[in-house]
Amino acid sequence: MDVGQLLTIAVSAILVSNFVLARFLGLCPFIGVTQKTENALGMGAAVTFVMFLASFATFLLYRLVLLRYDLVLALKTPMFILVIASLVQLVELFMRAKLPALYQALGIYLPLITTNCAVMGVALLNTTDAPLAFRGMSIGAGLVAASWRGICAGLGFTLAMLLMSGVRERLARADVPPALRGVPIAFICTGLMAMAFLGFAGMV
Amino acid sequence: MENQLLVSSSPHVRDADTIEKIMWCVVVALAPAAAMSIYFFGFGVLKVYVISIAAAEATELLCLRWRGKPLSRAADGSAFITGMLLAMVLPPSAPYYCSLVGAVFAVAVVKHAFGGLGCNIWNPALAARVFLQFAYPLRMSLSQWSVPRMLWGKAAEVATMASPLAKEGAAAPLSHLDLLFGNGVPGCIGETCKVALLLGGLYLIARRVVDWRIPLFYIGTVFVLTWLLPAGHDAPAWAADPFYHVLSGGLIIGAFFMATDMVTTPVTRRGRIVFAMGCGLLVALIRRYGGYPEGVAYSIIFMNTFTPLIDRWVCPRVYGSRTPRPARRQA
Repeated sequence: MDVGQLLTIAVSAILVSNFVLARFLGLCPFIGVTQKTENALGMGAAVTFVMFLASFATFLLYRLVLLRYDLVLALKTPMFILVIASLVQLVELFMRAKLPALYQALGIYLPLITTNCAVMGVALLNTTDAPLAFRGMSIGAGLVAASWRGICAGLGFTLAMLLMSGVRERLARADVPPALRGVPIAFICTGLMAMAFLGFAGMV
Repeated sequence: MENQLLVSSSPHVRDADTIEKIMWCVVVALAPAAAMSIYFFGFGVLKVYVISIAAAEATELLCLRWRGKPLSRAADGSAFITGMLLAMVLPPSAPYYCSLVGAVFAVAVVKHAFGGLGCNIWNPALAARVFLQFAYPLRMSLSQWSVPRMLWGKAAEVATMASPLAKEGAAAPLSHLDLLFGNGVPGCIGETCKVALLLGGLYLIARRVVDWRIPLFYIGTVFVLTWLLPAGHDAPAWAADPFYHVLSGGLIIGAFFMATDMVTTPVTRRGRIVFAMGCGLLVALIRRYGGYPEGVAYSIIFMNTFTPLIDRWVCPRVYGSRTPRPARRQA
């Protein structure tokens, strides 16, 4: 892995194929926890951490177990779900003990990371995405690439969460027509933000 | 009800500036460039202007009526400017439905859905431009542009020509002077005559309608980055020429008329500098490494998204307080 490859992965995961605004994964927390910037940042950090752990663990699982014993088709999805769910439990236990305020603020959305399709998405994309072709790499290099991709996907998710929370904090004071207040205007915002992110198309 | 009492914090300063005055001032500033565009591209583009402005005003009236606001607000000029700016960033060959759909989208979705003038997050005209780019890709992102009438010199004997910023193929050789006056420069309707745009922009700065920091830092960042960032070996000769980059595409119209929109840009000076440099960085990156030849519209829309966060991070110190940032939440 050289710096150029790592940079390509970063630009791709954060901007060009942003998990929320280009792939439209993880919209549930994106709409649900972006009323306030603090919560959005906390959720972003939690998802980033889980994405990193999930990429790391699922990549090892994929290479050392699933590929070796030819179980990819049969067991990839259930195994990944299991691994991610246990990781989220870990993060949740840690947060409840050390960051109770954030734990309270995130509410139901923390356990929902378990079923956050963005986390599952990065784990699955790490095993299938052709341009990155981790299959051709050594386990060490692939592990670095997969983990880095997880971190960058999480950072891209956090960026989208922060932008959305900034916009929504401003919209809280705006004279939005009653029919559009809350979630509807949030979805219109999402569409417009996604359009802005499309300017990066073709960069990587 | 909420409009009967205006409650705001001090200082209370009475000023002769009104929304109407500022808006029509911008229209006046855009007039020279609009006149030049009709010279360059013929009376066909007048149709684009008329449809775009009429659709914007009609949508404004309808939205005001639906939302129960006074219809007199449609005369404040904001919808007029949206329509005019939208027409100026469309290709001369844009069919009537592009300007129509774009103007309706700009006013209804980008402006009124968010609460009308002063509440929109994105610049309506540019968001509509980007929307049209994806709605009608063949009509909007052209590889071949209409040939403008010449100011001097002999016209190229072709029906269409490549954009001056096209990444592939040989674009017509254009000198800096050609680019400055828009002589034989293909492009969007209102963006080619830089002299007229600069004239209007300087007028707005002199009238203090726009903050000079935004155009200066926006254009300056593009200049420095296109000068410093390495161009690939297969890049055309102009790719490393910062003057060419500054004078081509929509940078001048974007920097003076769109990145300076009061509603969608940060309110503090420092925030505006951050905003402008972010725009410049994006334009340089998209032009050099992106898939599109031009990135001005995307850069401004993208940085509009950052505006609330920038405003939050660069808010000035409250007089008498010790910490420049809002107090941290107690854990």
